[in-house]
Amino acid sequence: MADAAPAIELKGISKSFGPVQANKDISFKVMPGTIHGIIGENGAGKSTLMSILYGFYKADAGEITIHGTPIDITDSQTAIRAGIGMVFQHFKLVPNFTVLENVVLGAEDSGLLRPSLARARRELKALAEEYELNVDPDAVVEDIGVGMQQRVEILKALYRQADILILDEPTGVLTPAEADHLFRILGNLKDQGKTVILITHKLREIMEATDAVSVMRRGEMIETVTTAGTNPTELAELMVGRTVLLQVDKTPATPGAPVLQVSDLKVEHDGVARVKGVSFEVRAGEILGIAGVAGNGQSELLEVLGGYRPATGRATVNGVDLPLSGRGADGRSRRDAGIAHVPEDRQSEGLVMEFAAWENVGFGYHHTDRYSRGTLMDHAALKADCAAKMERFDVRPPNPNLLAKNFSGGNQQKIVVAREMECDPDLLLVGQPTRGVDIGAIEFIHQQIVALRDAGKAVLLVSVELDEILSLSDRVAVMFDGRIMGERQASETNERELGLLMAGITDTDAPHSEAEIEANLARRSASAEKEA
Amino acid sequence: MDLATILQVLDTTVRLATPLLFACLAGLFSERAGIVDIGLEGKMLAAAFLSAAIAAVTGSVWIGLSAGIVGALSMSAIHGLASITFRGNQLISGVAINFLAQGLTVVIAQSWFNQGGRTPALAGGARFHSITLPGAEALREVPVLGPIYYELISGHSILVYVALLCVPLSWWVLQRTRFGLRLRAVGENPAAVDTAGVSVERLRYAAVMICGVLTGFAGAYLATGLQAGFVRDMTAGRGYIALAALIFAKWRPWAALWATLLFGFLQALSLRPDVLEGVLRIDVSSQLLDALPYILTVVILAGFVGRAIPPRAGGEPYVKER
Repeated sequence: MADAAPAIELKGISKSFGPVQANKDISFKVMPGTIHGIIGENGAGKSTLMSILYGFYKADAGEITIHGTPIDITDSQTAIRAGIGMVFQHFKLVPNFTVLENVVLGAEDSGLLRPSLARARRELKALAEEYELNVDPDAVVEDIGVGMQQRVEILKALYRQADILILDEPTGVLTPAEADHLFRILGNLKDQGKTVILITHKLREIMEATDAVSVMRRGEMIETVTTAGTNPTELAELMVGRTVLLQVDKTPATPGAPVLQVSDLKVEHDGVARVKGVSFEVRAGEILGIAGVAGNGQSELLEVLGGYRPATGRATVNGVDLPLSGRGADGRSRRDAGIAHVPEDRQSEGLVMEFAAWENVGFGYHHTDRYSRGTLMDHAALKADCAAKMERFDVRPPNPNLLAKNFSGGNQQKIVVAREMECDPDLLLVGQPTRGVDIGAIEFIHQQIVALRDAGKAVLLVSVELDEILSLSDRVAVMFDGRIMGERQASETNERELGLLMAGITDTDAPHSEAEIEANLARRSASAEKEA
Repeated sequence: MDLATILQVLDTTVRLATPLLFACLAGLFSERAGIVDIGLEGKMLAAAFLSAAIAAVTGSVWIGLSAGIVGALSMSAIHGLASITFRGNQLISGVAINFLAQGLTVVIAQSWFNQGGRTPALAGGARFHSITLPGAEALREVPVLGPIYYELISGHSILVYVALLCVPLSWWVLQRTRFGLRLRAVGENPAAVDTAGVSVERLRYAAVMICGVLTGFAGAYLATGLQAGFVRDMTAGRGYIALAALIFAKWRPWAALWATLLFGFLQALSLRPDVLEGVLRIDVSSQLLDALPYILTVVILAGFVGRAIPPRAGGEPYVKER
């Protein structure tokens, strides 16, 4: 294998968008029949590089060689002909087309559709058998799950005779079971001699799935190493350019008096019960983690406590009742009650993307004396405060006048976290604090959350990342189908036990097969879909 | 009410529905490709004027029709340039086209013909006349079916039949051809088309040009078939009615036929207040009847008729994401 020409060889690729240099003089090789990882933080230039390879952008300089032949990739059509297939992070599917129509689109054999569709149907069947890529060809894409949609994207590439498959952050939207399935498919592809490029920022995926890995940082290719000869700590260091702590450094909690007490809280949406009566408490100086597969009622729970979704039941903060519907069930009253909220979706709930950072820093607190002079907002105070927060939270670039949308995901999140933490809350609600956030920022945000706990505040953490739950929480509650299935001390539980609870299985000491767990999950998602 | 009256009303329905059908299908092609076209009205108006003017000058309705199509196509080109190449706002571009057509037609008509913004009345070969289908005369005496064939089906101008043929043709193109698949895809998710290596711009231009040709037919039919010459604002909101019909039809060709026939029927009724009075046995104000198609338009545009899901990428200029 070492003698064969590389499947892909890049030499001196550079690409700028205006003043931003996304790729600087990048050279690397991918050997055929391997799974090659490309890892780097958000904004390191991974996606840009792959888009150049796929002909979506044109490189400013550099050469591309495919299987030993130099090639000028001017558009996607050239890339497809050269055997390159791409699965984008955001799928490029037509939602109201069938799977078959999506596969055929752009690769039709002739002016009339019928023969193309018939051929695609035959090929899809063959591909499904060869690679474990089962998809109903007549299903409409918007009706199938994201895992299935991703398989359609892979089928699209294979139908176009792709021999090199590029996947951009493929597991971001998948459940752990779906991700495992994906990696099995990638393994099958490799066994058939295909070359796979896996772009990700998750170290674990790199270690589990790849043969070699290239590390990118700030638009540059730092190093390419064999996966067997490296380890997560080394990779993280190469990515960030300094030593990073992959484990959160924290002392055991010393919980004080209960801050948040919730009893029999129920949420109904469009006549469907989303939260079916949960009770728990969070004490001062502790972090309660709520684990669970997305869509089991955790989001609704956070929204209720944040004040923007009505519910029934009872919740108190420091012994004072929180109105759960009607008057007083709003964000401002919640803040007055000492609750700060880092919402799950920073782009739609945490920030106004078209507003400047300094404006975003004031949201929810703009009426306080700190930011106002009489009825007017004190712009100077907001800007000064924003600059100070940016400094303390290491937001890059530290420019209060930049629009929120122009910051990377990690820096956007830091702005939200800075705003919510620095108002000295008694209770912090945090949803998915590190979703789409790079390693360096994850480390920082985790440290801030722990510091808040150590200052004697209560923290309610909702996350679908089990690793995050386990490393941050002092106590863990697992939600499934709108109920809390069990509570555990974080130091006394493990992934297996929590995984069973997440699948709705409460007798965690008994043995359970993978099939049983998947069946339980599928039952739940089927009923969830019916409800929706 | 006798069969003859019913047939007369239905016959008028077909004639009045024809320009709506052309315009509705025109809008269908444009909007299924993701280009919202509020400028149907202006394109029809431009085509109506140019077809009547050129037919009047040359004496040939066919040359007039071609000129009308060229006129609508050039308006389409403006819309395409503004909304596809320069990624402008499609509504603003469409409104601009409506104003442009409204003003230019009258000004040029006045300067060419000096008849108060009209074109000279068309006659003979400068107009589309009704054609009698084979066997219509012979079958006329057959009870019921004879009159239906003679009155309703036969005896329209050639463009009426062209419009009706466009319905299955549009369905076939959209559903059964490669071009149709790509066109529908580009209106739903242009990124899917782009990453498949197909030009989004070229597809959208093609759609906009088809829209131009069809509005050309619509305008030419108004000025040289339905009436004998151009008068100012002769489209009378038909472009907007066609848009309402398009929403009513949920952007599907066959449904577009039924929707435009419904509007045509309402317009036909307003020409025959006696019929409605005969049926309802009450006095119906003729103003109310005249307003009926427009009232239905408002009701449909306000979204009272079911949930119509427009093409998802409609109105959005396509920009490659970074």
